[in-house]
Amino acid sequence: MIANTLPKSLQDNPRLDQWLAFRPGGAVHLKVGKIEIGQGIATALAQIAADELDISLSRLALTAGDTDAAPDEGMTTGSMSVEMSGGSLRIVCAEVRALMLAEAATRLGRPAAGLAVEDGAITENGAPTGLDYWSLAVPLDRAITGAAPLKPRAAHRLIGTDVKRLDLPAKLNGAGFLHDMVLPGMVHGRVLHPPLIGARLIGVDEAAIARAGASFLRRGDFAAVLAPNEAAARAAHAAARPEWQGGRPVTHDMGEAAHLVGQPAIHARFREAPRAEGERVSATFSRPYISHGTLGPSVAIAQYDGAHLTIWSHTQGVYLLRRHLAALIGLPETAISVRHAQGSGCYGHNGADDAAAEAALLATLRPGPPIRVMWGRADEFTHEPAGTAMSVTIEATLGADGLPADWVTTIWSAPHVARSHLACMLAAQSLPDPRPDPEHHDPHPDGGGGASRNAIPLYDIPNLTLDVHIVQRPPIRTSALRGLGALPNIFAIESFLDDLAARAGIDPLDYRLRLLSDPRARDVLITAAAMANWSGRWRGGEGRGLGLGLGRYKNRSAYAAVVVEVEVDTEVRLRRIWCAADGGLVINPDGARNQLEGGIIQAASMTLKEAVRLGPDGISSRSWADYPILRFSEIPEITTTLLDPGDVPPLGMGECTMGPTAAAIGNAVAHALGTRIRDMPLTRERIAAAL
Amino acid sequence: MAVAFTLNGAAITVPAEPGDLLIDTLRTGCGLTGTRYGCGEEQCGACLVLIDGAPAHACGRETATLEGRAVTTAEAIPAAIRDAFLAEQAGQCGYCLSGMLVAATALLARNPSPDRAAIVEALDGNLCRCGSHPRIIAAILRAGRAA
Repeated sequence: MIANTLPKSLQDNPRLDQWLAFRPGGAVHLKVGKIEIGQGIATALAQIAADELDISLSRLALTAGDTDAAPDEGMTTGSMSVEMSGGSLRIVCAEVRALMLAEAATRLGRPAAGLAVEDGAITENGAPTGLDYWSLAVPLDRAITGAAPLKPRAAHRLIGTDVKRLDLPAKLNGAGFLHDMVLPGMVHGRVLHPPLIGARLIGVDEAAIARAGASFLRRGDFAAVLAPNEAAARAAHAAARPEWQGGRPVTHDMGEAAHLVGQPAIHARFREAPRAEGERVSATFSRPYISHGTLGPSVAIAQYDGAHLTIWSHTQGVYLLRRHLAALIGLPETAISVRHAQGSGCYGHNGADDAAAEAALLATLRPGPPIRVMWGRADEFTHEPAGTAMSVTIEATLGADGLPADWVTTIWSAPHVARSHLACMLAAQSLPDPRPDPEHHDPHPDGGGGASRNAIPLYDIPNLTLDVHIVQRPPIRTSALRGLGALPNIFAIESFLDDLAARAGIDPLDYRLRLLSDPRARDVLITAAAMANWSGRWRGGEGRGLGLGLGRYKNRSAYAAVVVEVEVDTEVRLRRIWCAADGGLVINPDGARNQLEGGIIQAASMTLKEAVRLGPDGISSRSWADYPILRFSEIPEITTTLLDPGDVPPLGMGECTMGPTAAAIGNAVAHALGTRIRDMPLTRERIAAAL
Repeated sequence: MAVAFTLNGAAITVPAEPGDLLIDTLRTGCGLTGTRYGCGEEQCGACLVLIDGAPAHACGRETATLEGRAVTTAEAIPAAIRDAFLAEQAGQCGYCLSGMLVAATALLARNPSPDRAAIVEALDGNLCRCGSHPRIIAAILRAGRAA
């Protein structure tokens, strides 16, 4: 038997009609598993499908993320949607087009080679044949073979062009979000969240809840108010004054990454090599726990009619959520439908699934009406899974040429990926007989990694050793946040390289180029340096700095090099940022630039400002006042360039600028100060301490 | 009790008890979802509306205080400003954009051709987490040029 070489999405969803349907009136219905989270994927997928099918964009309708109506493509994570969903959709659409042409050829008694498609109509030498996709109606309940050739790049009309985002008009006109959905008879729930993991509820002011016009529901320590409208739910939640007992203790100093070092952990040695002889240099870098900081709160609606449970959620994975809910509630998966609806920007494993589980539990406790759960801002800061703190130590032995002859990285981190564990869902921890904590292992870096993501340098460094310690009981819940370990790891690698370059008396750009044979990495680095006039870099140490950072996301997705100019006195001011990126075949260049810029700004915010504060009551950052992010007045001018590497496949770009930006800022600040700050965020206090 | 005011150019009378917030009146009472619930603490700007032309946080404003006032929500901002945001593709997730449109409208009303510094100053209270700031600035510059 010949091995199936189709992409995983197509192996898992092997029939054409799982992806595509022709609807009356000349419409084409696309069904995909990857969902819009603000990254513009819906538009990119529409461009791909329209090009391969030879139809106009306006014919397309998209269903994304629906356990009843769209394929299972796993999670929308890791900048893989264009590669996975886009790649699969291309194959499906090319095959459907070829089937239609073959059927048309049979009916017309002409060779298929002489036929073409123009906006869904079959033509011969440019003349209509009277046939089109809708009249041909070739049955699509057949296996995908992958045999149809894909269009060459020269034949693309929409791929590679700046098609405007299909979802933005609605969002600029007051609609477009799950938050806006109203169902008849909908009631509003708010769950009382325990401040510490495992805390038990010992008291609640039920009279105050009733006075606020709400009812009180409880199962174990899962407790909620239910009210006829959102305002009453908010008021009852504020009036409930729950008292909690016990739970995993938290102290202020647990917020530092250094606290993770030495805690009970699962260790993995992902690379091992002999050490070289010579002078050894080492340094430790860190970043604290960080918050998603999504602007809009997590929200979900669930309805249970006594037999079937339907959930609307902005989850990143409707099928995994369904699996968890089935186990949590004790219903078969066939009795649950999960439908994706758009939420506020999603940068990872946020509160979406937790809010969905809360709505689902409330719906099964109170069958009948649709139940909407919307978190408050403090819920987001204190109860979404945080991005974990990380400590990264690099030690290298220097050769006579000043270049590293070996490289040993040691990482201490809490889990970066907790979504697959039902026990890590907030509601699961509050129900009677909570499930035991799972073991947390770091995903292997060869598959993308977690704490180990981008821990392996992109450079030609021999004798690599990589040790990762995943702390099993961190003080707060942690999971995936944009880029996982990529940002702290690239910050550490690129900072360390700058220090090694300085020690060798070599310019940081030249030093990197001596270690870099990957031509695409060299291209982005040289391009970004030229954009920033790197050769005009001044002597540092006098308050103005220019720094660079380079990375290839997950060591296999898009390349990005970033150069940052800063001014530093008591704090860091970003002056200019230049970025060159190579994402292979770019479906929508303007959308790609939007993602590059967004990643740069978010990473700059994390690098300069962000840290989740901890205290005896758990997370003490509860509002934007406690957790400032970069504002308009702190945004520098940003220039991006997309390199065109020729006819090569697309590479996910959504996260590729995060690590290089953090690194470039760190290096620019070091250049400005003449001394290095190794712990993020690079705050006023840390600058004062460094000087 | 009831309160009468002008909403997006039309006279309206709505029930308003003390403590009722404008954001709930707009979203729940009037079905105008363009006013986004962000933080509920007047810190992010997602819920901005214009009250007599000045930006105000709907999440912190009691509906009962609006007697005789004129309220403008994101749904009713000038089309040219919305078009400028579309032309610049100024947004990623889009959740903050209602507040940005409202803040931009207030700015452009008093300064029809603002420069970058004026835009930054006017929008500094509006948070965006996706990092669409440069495009939002470009959109308002564009709207200013078109004015």
